[in-house]
Amino acid sequence: MEQNFKKVYVGVELEVSPEGKVRPVSITYVDGITYEVDRVRQVTRAHATKVVGTGIRYSIVVKGKDTFLFEDEGKWFVEGHAEN
Amino acid sequence: MSRIILHCDMNNFYASVECMLDMSLRGHPVAVGGDVENRHGIILAKNYEAKKFGVQTGEALWQAKQKCKDLIIVPPHYEQYLKYSKLAREIYADYTDQIEPYGMDECWLDVSGSTGVMGSGEKIANEIRERMKFELGLSISAGVSFNKIFAKLGSDMKKPDATTLITESEFKDRIWGLPASDMLGVGRATEKVLSSYGIHTIGELAKTSPELLKRRLGKCGIMIIQYANGQDHSPVANVDYEPPIKSVGHGVTTPQDLENSAEVWNIMLALTQDIGHKLRVYGKRASGVQIDIRNSELSHKQWQKQFEVRTNSSSVIAREAFRLFERSYSWDLPIRSVTVRAINLVSAGLPEQLNLFENCEHIDKMERLDETIESIRDRFGKYAIQPATLCGKNTKMPTDREVELKMPTGMVM
Repeated sequence: MEQNFKKVYVGVELEVSPEGKVRPVSITYVDGITYEVDRVRQVTRAHATKVVGTGIRYSIVVKGKDTFLFEDEGKWFVEGHAEN
Repeated sequence: MSRIILHCDMNNFYASVECMLDMSLRGHPVAVGGDVENRHGIILAKNYEAKKFGVQTGEALWQAKQKCKDLIIVPPHYEQYLKYSKLAREIYADYTDQIEPYGMDECWLDVSGSTGVMGSGEKIANEIRERMKFELGLSISAGVSFNKIFAKLGSDMKKPDATTLITESEFKDRIWGLPASDMLGVGRATEKVLSSYGIHTIGELAKTSPELLKRRLGKCGIMIIQYANGQDHSPVANVDYEPPIKSVGHGVTTPQDLENSAEVWNIMLALTQDIGHKLRVYGKRASGVQIDIRNSELSHKQWQKQFEVRTNSSSVIAREAFRLFERSYSWDLPIRSVTVRAINLVSAGLPEQLNLFENCEHIDKMERLDETIESIRDRFGKYAIQPATLCGKNTKMPTDREVELKMPTGMVM
């Protein structure tokens, strides 16, 4: 079954190293629930394939699941399921 | 050693960005169209689906709709185009510091110094193409050659999302059979002249006697023959190269035609507010003014005059432009668009011979007045102070466009 996605802007808690390296620590979804980021696998510039937009793409693991978190001009978004 | 030049052309740039930003547009015929109410109702760009119906850039929106009734016309989002154009240049900057833009969606890159580390020109072009798709979701066509003209020609040969290589050893076989008008430097007027001599292909142009074309086309005639023979030695400008400012102009198409001189004066006054500001920012003074008037039948004429004393005063430039207009335009037809250009610019600090017969004191006074107006605008905004005649609602000046556009004006020679 084809899954619909929508661009969901989220709040992000960041950890910034003395060298200026940014690492997302947790994501706060629109419904107010905060999810811890277990791991950041990769950081690269990429465009979102499921929703519109481009930015710095963080390949992250949340609750054992792989997902993408994007940063574009200071705003952060994820590819959320349309029914959410 | 021959150079390795890339020309990267983002395919259907405006339309591609629109489809990138709105998934529902994908797969449908889409065109970016100007604002009909402001009388900019033409096709600015279209995607490949729209192209299949014969929709052409520059035609009226209603004409395009007649060709393709399901055509989706979206308004332009210049700030997004600028953003993606900048992101593309950031990718190019990973390969060279010689990046010369030609409009928002095209760039030349000289990668001669990078091939030792990054591989052949073709490999670099392919890598850039892949990165563009992955990072920005946009496709480009790349031409790889030993000069800028052939690199540009190459990027036009295969579209979309392709790389075309034109080498020094095989360029005659590959491009000499192409129409001369495909080559940069051969526009519609030049093509007409070439046709009158029976020159239709790049190969025929290459073999033409320079004297013959020099008589009809001057220096340009010799230049295009050299181009056709692969003798373009123009460098790719450095990424931080700022071309010298030769003129500062501003023009508008008014929402309704201008019917009398008073309306033209209002428009000229509004236009020169920005011109004076820019001259100040660039540290320049104008030695003359040029006006371009397009009438309601879309034919246009241009006039220019020199100043006795150089100036950067908005009001002086406006007055001179209006005087020139008054004595040149015969009011056969109402006016559709007006452009005012400050020309023959020189550095503001350059000493100048005073003129006994010109009231320099008055010009000096006007410039000081403009400086004061400028400082008020700096502090309180552009509309904090303006000529009283522009405050009313009867002016036909259209509303501001927020984004400044840089269109291709020519390559660095």
